[in-house]
Amino acid sequence: MKPPPFEYHAPRSLPEAAKLLAELPDAKLIAGGQSLMPMLNFRFIAPSHLIDLNGIGELSYIRKSTDTVAIGAMTRQRDLELSSIVAAQLPVMREAVGYIGHVQTRNRGTIGGSLCHLDPAAELPAIAMAYDAEVDTVSIRGVRTMTMADFPAGYMTPRITADEIVKEVRLTAWHGRHSCAFEEFARRRGDFAIVSVVVLLSAGPDNRITRVALTLAGIGVAPMRISNAERLLLGKLPTTAAFEEAAAVCSTAEASEDPYASAAYRKYLIRTLTLRALNRAAQRLTAAR
Amino acid sequence: MEHTHKVAITVNGQEREVAVPARLTLADLLRHHLHLTGTHLGCEHGVCGACTVLVDGAAVRSCLMLAVQAHGTKVETVESLSSLGALHPLQEAFMKHHALQCGFCTPGILMTLVAFLRDSRGVTAEAVRDALSGNLCRCTGYQNIVNAVLHAADHMPK
Repeated sequence: MKPPPFEYHAPRSLPEAAKLLAELPDAKLIAGGQSLMPMLNFRFIAPSHLIDLNGIGELSYIRKSTDTVAIGAMTRQRDLELSSIVAAQLPVMREAVGYIGHVQTRNRGTIGGSLCHLDPAAELPAIAMAYDAEVDTVSIRGVRTMTMADFPAGYMTPRITADEIVKEVRLTAWHGRHSCAFEEFARRRGDFAIVSVVVLLSAGPDNRITRVALTLAGIGVAPMRISNAERLLLGKLPTTAAFEEAAAVCSTAEASEDPYASAAYRKYLIRTLTLRALNRAAQRLTAAR
Repeated sequence: MEHTHKVAITVNGQEREVAVPARLTLADLLRHHLHLTGTHLGCEHGVCGACTVLVDGAAVRSCLMLAVQAHGTKVETVESLSSLGALHPLQEAFMKHHALQCGFCTPGILMTLVAFLRDSRGVTAEAVRDALSGNLCRCTGYQNIVNAVLHAADHMPK
């Protein structure tokens, strides 16, 4: 057997899970297991207790309210992909979900697991950031809400304490005339991105940009909004010249380096993909008129 | 002695009950405890797709799921495809189009594509390639697999 020994717990409700997590020493939660199971198989981690969230039905839902879409932490990536609410309210999430692994992993992988694993190149944390999401956590001490902007504490480390469970993610849908685009470059289909870009764009009747959200992933310790590039685009017409300027600003963001891609190569990708995403969003905006 | 858990699952239509340690993967349950060795293990960390089986109809990697998590589910493996020596239409198409060479990856590919064909209408080569993206094959170069699936899609009863 590849995984190291652990004691297994399968709570049927969220309070039960929170109680177990608070009481058991050296316990780890398992959601979809598409990152945790490889880590167990490699014995990168050896928790004493594994608390399985898969039996908690109350954590799996996609609900639309006036301004937000609330998604339960155990909602599968495949359910996001097939959801009519996601397609209508969060179109760039729908576009990005197809880049997460493969159908076989999306059938198990969850939104809560993806946020908590917080791989810097993962799609869902970047999408949550693009839609100004809020994240609810629950523990025996109660419920806590934080913004997605505050959620990353560092490399693959969410700002949650050892006794907290992510319960729900609420994403703010855009209204009015707007469009979006997602661009990603990875070495292999379904692999983690070297760089990915999420663009949401809104324009007024005079076609000037009224609102923009520009999020980069894969470049640093966590996905990030590039607010100086967003500010630069506000009030401008959606022209290639304006987009080139914004893409150039994005490429000045500090980029990480690893054996697969140098910082310079990442910066090149940031510029290319940002420009592509902005141009595609603008084309769609014209079509949405 | 490691603590064991009772796992009751329906595998290929047969109800099975076994007591296994919590850390046993579904793949190892199928291979070592139920002796269904058609499910192959390549990488054991979710990259190669050789261990793909259907759990309640959904294609999943059985190396990334614990056997205890499959309690109460219906599992289908490659052994479920043929009956009494008669091959599944997809297996027939694989044979006809030389869609396998060494055959190691084939069980996972077949189970992935059985779910894909069940859920798809108007199958295109591009959609087949997308469906295949989670399965590594080092022999065929995929071309003949794509041909086989397109053939099967046209000849399979819906």
